[in-house]
Amino acid sequence: MSNFIDLFFNLDIMGQAWPLLFKGLIITLKLCAVVIGLGVVGGLLLALGALSPRRWLKWPAVGFIDLFRALPPLVLLIFVYSGLPFAGLDLSPFMAVVIAFFLNNSAYFAEVFRAGIQSVPKGQTEAARATGLGAAQTLIQVVLPQAVRNVLPDLLSNTVEVVKLTSLASVVSLSELLYSANMARSVTYNSSPLVLAALIYLAILWPLVRLISRYQRGIAVH
Amino acid sequence: MIEINKLEKCFGDTQVLTSIDLRVNRGELVFVIGPSGSGKSTMLRCCNRLEEPTSGSILLDGEHVTDCRGRALDRMRLKIGMVFQGFHLYPHKSVLANVMLAQVKALKRSRSEAEARAMEMLDHVGLAHKASAMPSELSGGQQQRVAIARALALDPKVMLFDEPTSALDPELVGSVLKVMKQLRDEGMTMVVVSHEMNFAREAADRVVFMDGGVVVEVGTPEEIFGNPKSERLRAFLSRLQPSGA
Repeated sequence: MSNFIDLFFNLDIMGQAWPLLFKGLIITLKLCAVVIGLGVVGGLLLALGALSPRRWLKWPAVGFIDLFRALPPLVLLIFVYSGLPFAGLDLSPFMAVVIAFFLNNSAYFAEVFRAGIQSVPKGQTEAARATGLGAAQTLIQVVLPQAVRNVLPDLLSNTVEVVKLTSLASVVSLSELLYSANMARSVTYNSSPLVLAALIYLAILWPLVRLISRYQRGIAVH
Repeated sequence: MIEINKLEKCFGDTQVLTSIDLRVNRGELVFVIGPSGSGKSTMLRCCNRLEEPTSGSILLDGEHVTDCRGRALDRMRLKIGMVFQGFHLYPHKSVLANVMLAQVKALKRSRSEAEARAMEMLDHVGLAHKASAMPSELSGGQQQRVAIARALALDPKVMLFDEPTSALDPELVGSVLKVMKQLRDEGMTMVVVSHEMNFAREAADRVVFMDGGVVVEVGTPEEIFGNPKSERLRAFLSRLQPSGA
């Protein structure tokens, strides 16, 4: 038993590893902020494109969404990081991760936004347009607030997925949380840093997951 | 005031409106009746271009509604208030915010000006005390009166009512009709699509009977209900018996 605690819950080693893991956590958080920010904006634009009556907007958007929802994010990441240099495009690990996950993530956010926008009754748009609001004003003032409220649990779930997804960045040697923890493990010959990393992910995501469950229950009750 | 000339509307191969001609004078309340599917609502929705007419023209005070594009159409719609069967209040905004939104965003009124006007209009429909309520907290009749206030706050030249009481419980219909009657007495120009025949008799200046996408008969309530000329109108009115027609 004490052997088990030594190997997985060694507080000394966790203390030694903490500065490194903290640096990794900062990178993970930066990555999340950039990928989620770009994903939300890109997803919204893609959703609007996919819902547009204009074919030249609709079909590229739908194609983009389908393609990047179907491609595994790890394949995308390795392609962007290791494949693109053959075309002369050398990217830093951070940029490669941002680009690969933006492509994947904006496609997912686009699907959520699309469902949200479609859940708002047509009468809302008609009422807004009939009072002289323009298309953009109608979208911003009337449709989007309701759309977002209707799909809030899905938006949050997607956000949780992104945070988990960023751990894939360790594959391209980006020193985010998981990579740092694994480094610490190999230096200390002890798994405690990995456990610490897992606990940090849990601390960030568990409240979010709880929140989503409560939302979904709330919706089920109403 | 409103002039509809040779209005036609097709949905695909289906002709919904055929050569509609109609004039509505200032301060007049024109009532449009007819069986469902006769094109009444479509005609009304063409007047503010929620439906795009296939051909023909609609003028408001001599200005072409049918030629407007983009911002010009948005500005034109400010002059044409519309009330829907399903109310369509914004559920995420308070009653006051519902009545203020287009005033601020489309008419570019200041917030304080818009709020004052909104409160005035809510008072007008007897709901000033509900200003801070959310739409979901109101009865259907109250929601519809807020929707009327929302349209009136923009100072429209004409109000279009698309079956404003059809979605209401019978005991709530009266409160909405009362507001409409009051509007008429103040001289608002109104076009009303509705099945409230008693209200038509009592409040309408003229009644238009539509069937199969054409205007079959136009006349005063006395002429339309007391002395229907066409066979189709007689048949329609007799089907309404014994509900009072």
